[in-house]
Amino acid sequence: MIETILNRIVVSVPVLFGVLFLGFALVQLAPGDPARVQAGPTAPPEVVERIRQEMGLDQPVIVQFGKYMERLAQGDLGRSLISNKTVTSELAAAIVPTIELMFASLIWSIPLGIAMGTLAAVWRGSLLDRIIMAISVAGVSLPIFFICLLLIQLLGVKYPVFPFIGRGGPIWTAEGLRHLVLPALSLGLIFIGPVSRMTRSSVLEVLRLDHVRTARAKGLTEPQVILRHGLRNALIPVVTLVGLQIGYLLGGAVVTETIFSYPGIGRLAVGAILSSDFPLAQGTILVLALGFILVNLIVDILYARLDPRVQKK
Amino acid sequence: MPEPVLSLGDLQVRFRSNRHVLRAVDGVGFDLMAGQTLGLVGESGCGKSVTSLAIMRLLPTPPAEIAGGRIIFEGKDLLQLSERRMRQLRGGRIGMIFQEPMTSLNPVYTCGDQIIESLRRHSGLSGKPARDRAIELLDLVGLPSPERRVDDYPHQLSGGQRQRVMIALALANDPAVLIADEPTTALDVTIQSQILDLLRELQERTGTAILMITHDLGVVAETCQAVAVMYAGTVVERGEVGALFADPQHPYTIGLMAAVPRMDTDRGRLVAIPGSVPPPWQPIAGCRFASRCPLADDRCRRDRPPLDAIAPGHEVACWKAPIDGDRP
Repeated sequence: MIETILNRIVVSVPVLFGVLFLGFALVQLAPGDPARVQAGPTAPPEVVERIRQEMGLDQPVIVQFGKYMERLAQGDLGRSLISNKTVTSELAAAIVPTIELMFASLIWSIPLGIAMGTLAAVWRGSLLDRIIMAISVAGVSLPIFFICLLLIQLLGVKYPVFPFIGRGGPIWTAEGLRHLVLPALSLGLIFIGPVSRMTRSSVLEVLRLDHVRTARAKGLTEPQVILRHGLRNALIPVVTLVGLQIGYLLGGAVVTETIFSYPGIGRLAVGAILSSDFPLAQGTILVLALGFILVNLIVDILYARLDPRVQKK
Repeated sequence: MPEPVLSLGDLQVRFRSNRHVLRAVDGVGFDLMAGQTLGLVGESGCGKSVTSLAIMRLLPTPPAEIAGGRIIFEGKDLLQLSERRMRQLRGGRIGMIFQEPMTSLNPVYTCGDQIIESLRRHSGLSGKPARDRAIELLDLVGLPSPERRVDDYPHQLSGGQRQRVMIALALANDPAVLIADEPTTALDVTIQSQILDLLRELQERTGTAILMITHDLGVVAETCQAVAVMYAGTVVERGEVGALFADPQHPYTIGLMAAVPRMDTDRGRLVAIPGSVPPPWQPIAGCRFASRCPLADDRCRRDRPPLDAIAPGHEVACWKAPIDGDRP
């Protein structure tokens, strides 16, 4: 097991390198001039030019990237051009809210999606199945920003139950939780669709297999057969899907955090890109890439736990 | 005279589709005596497996429907039992082995866990005693080093070993009846004979009656005391293995026997039965074998022959029986 994890970490290094390089190149392509940002909008052109040289922005992209990697290896992510704080401290402040948001979105949507998919599979063709599938199709096809706006309109404005601006505090405080409800609801809703559909088809497939008949021939009750011998096996592809979907969720978090003015990594990234704050934008890309790699590592570990055939090759 | 532990009478199983009603099993009956092995023989699609699943009440309903008949097990009609009582019998008093050992065990649990699950359900064992019993069962079915194998996952075992695990699972709670649905069909010939030997040996030790479902007359000859030959959803001939093999009376049985390759006679070509099984949705008034039978006449096509005794312990459903001299 430890060997597998180490193996995955080694494999992740080139992935991380590639993501950072692409991110670096894309940020260069974005409109805006970091030297101008640093100098301020009223600075004369020669000052901007001097700052450009000081920042090394007049050199080829490859050279800039090399220097960036050199500093990165020493743990130096640079300073934000806007706030002049270190990128590390900006990221550190934003990462906790994003983790809270992820947690609050997944904690209810994954179990609910799996439960909905299982129910739909067990009673396939029934009215319940159709209702569940309609909900999941809506979840898959509605864009996240639209869901956010609908929820704000309904539960924020028309019936002002939950706040929809900013973060109320850490997740364990009542105010923090209240502020999390609407963003976590929006993010979770887009998650339910794929999870419930995948669970449904996977459970349907597993329930047709021979070992399920063996379980019935043992005299197990139908819930035992479905949960222990159906769902347990059906979760293997669902875990893979969840891992992939969390990647999309990180993307969805960018939109959700922006709409709800939620101070997380996503909003930090959008702000940094819009204001040509290169070091900060690059820092958020690094964090998102690391998050993605970490989630996939967890998925691989879970996968081996769920399917003994993977573990012992 | 041994008592029948399992007795089927006039079992009717239908499958409803949009266009047809398929009579998969149409009047099957036989008696399985305590401690004996009864072979249920017939070609693919003749309703053998449907019969076995009907006994366990494991047919998916719908589309399947048990339209009539009775399945008497230890004095109770299984068709009248509640689902709850039926669950107590499944894996408890009635064990079942399936054809496909490669896929019949759940790949995500160890062999031991799958046996323990059944022990916990029926014998109330758990923890160390359940594990010890699982190891004992694996030892009983001849799995080498059972105390290690108990923690193995099915994919770590060969097909023959998995079938041994399946047998251990089916025998876990000392069943009165073991239904073996083509237990050796998916296995190599050498493994086949090992598994058959094992079943015979276990039967001697435990006294379990076995319903051996197979298409292989060799398996019947080797393991069974009695046999029922099925054709197109009905039993056409049944009796003691010795008597029936020595003197088959139904033209279908005679055809089957002639189709078995033999080493002790110098016969050139194997004989095939001409024609094919009538489609199960086609209503047939008379004998179901009439369209392929060289002896069939108008009466065979018009009236269905009942199972009649032609000798003590040997019954055949044929108007032409007893057939002697001119064999088809």
